[in-house]
Amino acid sequence: MVSELLHFEDFAVGQVINLGTYAVTAAEIREFAGEFDAQPFHLDEAAGKASILGGLAASGWHVCSMLMRMIADSWLNTSASMGSNGVSEVKWLKPVFAGETLSGRVNILTKRVSSKRPEMGIFECLFELFNESGVKKTEMNAVVFMRVKAAC
Amino acid sequence: MLGLFLEDIDEGLTVDLGSYHFTRDSILKFARKYDPQPFHLSEEGGRNGPFGGLSASGWHTAAGWMKCFVEVNDAARATLQAAGKTLAELGPGPGFTNLKWLKPVFPGDTIRYSCRVTGKRDLASRPQWGIVFSMNEGVNQKGELVYSFEGKVLTARR
Repeated sequence: MVSELLHFEDFAVGQVINLGTYAVTAAEIREFAGEFDAQPFHLDEAAGKASILGGLAASGWHVCSMLMRMIADSWLNTSASMGSNGVSEVKWLKPVFAGETLSGRVNILTKRVSSKRPEMGIFECLFELFNESGVKKTEMNAVVFMRVKAAC
Repeated sequence: MLGLFLEDIDEGLTVDLGSYHFTRDSILKFARKYDPQPFHLSEEGGRNGPFGGLSASGWHTAAGWMKCFVEVNDAARATLQAAGKTLAELGPGPGFTNLKWLKPVFPGDTIRYSCRVTGKRDLASRPQWGIVFSMNEGVNQKGELVYSFEGKVLTARR
């Protein structure tokens, strides 16, 4: 079963992987915010319009979670992912509004095999989210761990 | 943050944000919606995965921090308001750096979160706002640091 998955060796530096799309709804923005980030501009249209964000906008942590879903569906769940231990930077460049459809891509910046764990490869990646007009909304630099086929 | 204006927030201010309990159900619910990787979806997937058991999505751990922060922030604002003080608006965050998932979070874990102010500066592009920088942590019930990140948030000037 492991052999059906893509491994560390199957991805190259400079490779760009399309992360598909994610339709952002007002209901989901409110649901996430109600549970984790109950600030008025994430819960209420009028409060969003009156705020510095300018509309009902998704929590930044919700945007990261939506991006995670896109990464899982489009990349990691067809690969021998070993998770991640962190994110060097996230830039919430522009608010993500209800009704927008996000598209995403990941650029593999570097790859190396862990010196301590030869069965584990490490990618440094740049993830980007855009709306349908091509406006960049969020940028994330993060590490992804993936199993090395040669070590299986 | 905490209803305070930029001028009233000093480096070193440390806030205990309280704790968030990770149940198996809440871990599964979050993962099914936002992070459906096998090690976040079942015990079996967890055993076969990198963390040795079913573990919470790292973004669930991150969202738990935000939940605790907002609750403490709201309570502090209510206290200031009751005392007749003018509240500073809390703006959005432009992002964060150096987020670390240091240890997995498992079902039944309770993570206690904190926020420590590490600096502040004016915002040239928006004179009515500044940025507060913070070091934020999550510690489990065994006292192990499981999560940290360096945050930034827009904060109104007086």
